[in-house]
Amino acid sequence: MTPDPARSDPTGADLAGLALAVLAVAPEAAGGIWLRAQAGPDRDRWLAALRASAVPGVPFRRMPAGIAESRLIGGLDLAATLASGLPVTERGLLAEADGGYLVISMAERLDPWLASLVAATAETGELHVERDGVTQTLPAQFAMVALDEGIDDEAPPSLLTERLGLVLDLAHAPFGESPFSFQAMTAARERLPVVATSARIIGELCAAAAGFGLASLRPSLQAVAVARALAALHGRLDVEDEDAILAAALVLAPRAVQWPSRQEQQEEETPPPPPPDADTPPPENPPQEQSGDPPDDVMSQSALAALPAGLLADLKARAASGRQRSAGKAGAREKNARRGRAVGVKPGDPRTGARLGLIDTLRAAAPWQKLRRGASFGDGTIAVRREDFRIVRRRARRRTTTLFIVDASGSSALQRLGEAKGAVQLLLAECYVRRDEVALITFRGRVAEMVLPPTRALARAARALAGLAGGGGTPLATAIDTARQVAEGIMRSGRTPVLVFMTDARANIGRDGQPGRERAMADARQAARELAALGQTTILIDTANKPGEAAAILADAMEARYLPLPYAAPELVVHAVSQERPAPRAAHRA
Amino acid sequence: MSAEAYGAQRPLPDREEPLRETLAGHPAPVDRANRMLRVTPAPAPRQRVPFPFSAIVAQEEMKNALILSAIDATIGGVLIFGDRGTGKSTAIRALAALLPRMRAIVGCPYGCEPGRPAASCEHCQRLSLDKGRRGQAESHLVPVPVVDLPLGATEDRVVGALDLERALARGEKAFQPGLLAKAHRGFLYIDEVNLLEDHLVDVLLDVAASGENVVEREGLSIRHPARFVLVGSGNPEEGELRPQLLDRFGLSVDVETPSDLETRIEVVRRRDAFDRDPEAFADAWRGRDAGIRRRISAARKRIGSMTTSEGALRRATELCIALGTDGLRGELTLIRAARALAAYQGEDSVEEEHVRIVAPMALRHRLRRSPLDDSRATARVERAIGEVFGS
Ligand SMILES: [Zn+2]
Repeated sequence: MTPDPARSDPTGADLAGLALAVLAVAPEAAGGIWLRAQAGPDRDRWLAALRASAVPGVPFRRMPAGIAESRLIGGLDLAATLASGLPVTERGLLAEADGGYLVISMAERLDPWLASLVAATAETGELHVERDGVTQTLPAQFAMVALDEGIDDEAPPSLLTERLGLVLDLAHAPFGESPFSFQAMTAARERLPVVATSARIIGELCAAAAGFGLASLRPSLQAVAVARALAALHGRLDVEDEDAILAAALVLAPRAVQWPSRQEQQEEETPPPPPPDADTPPPENPPQEQSGDPPDDVMSQSALAALPAGLLADLKARAASGRQRSAGKAGAREKNARRGRAVGVKPGDPRTGARLGLIDTLRAAAPWQKLRRGASFGDGTIAVRREDFRIVRRRARRRTTTLFIVDASGSSALQRLGEAKGAVQLLLAECYVRRDEVALITFRGRVAEMVLPPTRALARAARALAGLAGGGGTPLATAIDTARQVAEGIMRSGRTPVLVFMTDARANIGRDGQPGRERAMADARQAARELAALGQTTILIDTANKPGEAAAILADAMEARYLPLPYAAPELVVHAVSQERPAPRAAHRA
Repeated sequence: MSAEAYGAQRPLPDREEPLRETLAGHPAPVDRANRMLRVTPAPAPRQRVPFPFSAIVAQEEMKNALILSAIDATIGGVLIFGDRGTGKSTAIRALAALLPRMRAIVGCPYGCEPGRPAASCEHCQRLSLDKGRRGQAESHLVPVPVVDLPLGATEDRVVGALDLERALARGEKAFQPGLLAKAHRGFLYIDEVNLLEDHLVDVLLDVAASGENVVEREGLSIRHPARFVLVGSGNPEEGELRPQLLDRFGLSVDVETPSDLETRIEVVRRRDAFDRDPEAFADAWRGRDAGIRRRISAARKRIGSMTTSEGALRRATELCIALGTDGLRGELTLIRAARALAAYQGEDSVEEEHVRIVAPMALRHRLRRSPLDDSRATARVERAIGEVFGS
């Protein structure tokens, strides 16, 4: 089968046009759309078409990636409050989008904290504000259009994407023109409330979701809602198979973590073995041809058929790199770390660069107004004195991700690995208390493997560690390269990586995967120097039976602190790592 | 500037004309025509019919924990941890609609209970002194408050603060009660509890434990009753809760997305029916919800006169010893939860079986455990139950 990339499916549906129509007709049902596309005329055209298809006059509010929290959810209007001398409230952007659409720019870079505010509002359909003396509950029902320009491992925070029913990649599903007339969409809106979904259709959509390995129930719910909208668009009062298939193609298939097929056709490019993680079933190889054994589940097969060919390839790639993607997501949590979250106020001088806590300053000044202003009290001006000033205390949210790179090769004696594990376990316990993230890379044979992407679920880390087996070659250069890439990702997401290598540094597999001590050692040193260029804190724990020069030289090359294990009792290792770790910047003073 | 300028305590500035201490019930901005005051038009939020409690599929332990804490607030709150989209917040909102209404003194910003001056706010204590000779203060039936603590809430709105509006406009030193006041006698719900700032969590737990909110700020010195059931929910993906906070919750439940297809289909089916016609769906379940409400009411009446069997007490102690839970808190919660369950089931006495049923939710978060311990807390509690009860 050599499908035309645009229209490979039997029904010839245009997914970009359908997604648009669903969003225009049933914005609440769909929740929103995760629109993967680069900025440009194609995306603009799609957005313009959505706007033209929506109910005339409904708000379209664009939310820039760097929006201030106060603008997003509203609260005290600083300028107006100062001008009037009385607290004036401002309406948040989320309330302004009520009844319409919230267009989130560069959603892949959205600060996770802002994302959680958006998600909490979307959950209840109300914007509930309790801050700076302001209490507000405003209706805020909107559909989200999350614009994702992400490349590689970038993606919007998952607590946002799980609320976006529709997923569309314009690169794989190009947009032609709106498949429904404005009149047809108006009619569909009126029809929608009476469209019924049979128990069979619901069952098939649930089964399809299970087939795609979707643990959460939300995609199933979204698929049912989208299927109803599609039925309404097609002038039907009952959801039919065709609607369900397209809904699965729009909602379920793009999120697939496994392929609903029993076919076990080996391909040349075997995806890396899945990590031992019960939460995510291992991705299976997608079928290359439709003519193989038919999948168990008719529904899944239909959804599969409805996918453009490009999406298939993308999905395969995504399933293969699924762990890295989620690594990026977890790391993105601490973006904008420099700003930190306000955690309170204290007396102080705002001229030193700290932000003025206006409401608290006014509160401090308020009891003295009669005294200070005497006869002119109540004319709308406020006498604020220096001692009234309150500044915002912030806590830098910059946190650490401790990245363990553990040598599980044959050269590291198994018993040594056991000792290394002990040290890691202790370090993990400490990370737990500090609520740091950890990640685990192991290497042996020819590969370095990300056993655990950055996570705070430390029990999982411990489990992964307990299951480590030793043996094989020592691909040290590859391990260092992998560690550097992961560390870069961690830094991009605003966190501070601390790298802990546990190895005897006796490399015997080169960067090219070929055996040979000489070459392998040279490659490792080169990789180490490149790692050092990152300027991050690195610790190398020598696990050799007789700690030797190899590891010390390598540690030198990567500008790491060198700790030979025999003298590095687990407790000492913990101590060393704690010292190397940047101290958390708790409230910084003005 | 001298030291006193920086927030040092000073006497009130206006001794001759003491500022009036008043209570602001509704801190809405005041519109004053002669000022350029932009008052946000506040359209009434669309009334949403909550999803009926009884229509929630599976998640029995979560529902039970919420019901038990509604029967006996002294159990000490519920922590619900688990996957997203498992209906945690749906359950809380459903519970709000389910609770029997309560009697409160008219005009009290805290919703004090009539006839209990000792547990009342200063306002109602004065009222009861005044009315003492002339009978009870006027009261009315109001819904039990279920207060959401929204993300991004600031401390002033949580604990209450000086009402700036009134201070600036009228020179009144008024207290603007916060969410803790609103939640008095009801529930305070924090979704994504692990995203909440640590210092706010500390305040909440402190007040929840003492039942009183003490405000000392901006020249105010206010204390008011704040007895509420703290319900927190969270997702382990956002980070685990500080271990020292875990056992401050009375009960804890782990929720998981149901994995069997039949249950999943049922969840989606009901949700679809609800989304299509919320009123009709709620009507269909109204009878069942009313049944739960009646049982909660009956249990509350019964709970004061319950007896606890020797066996139940002994098993509770044995369980706590077997699990090595610290202090008496675990045991106390275990007995209280068992008693609430027995009351809910219409029994007069707490038996071993009740202890056994509530043990996982009362104890699983109290185990001394290494964060790296692989074995799930629930499994350990169940193992201990097996040993103690000899099943
Ligand atoms: Zn009162």
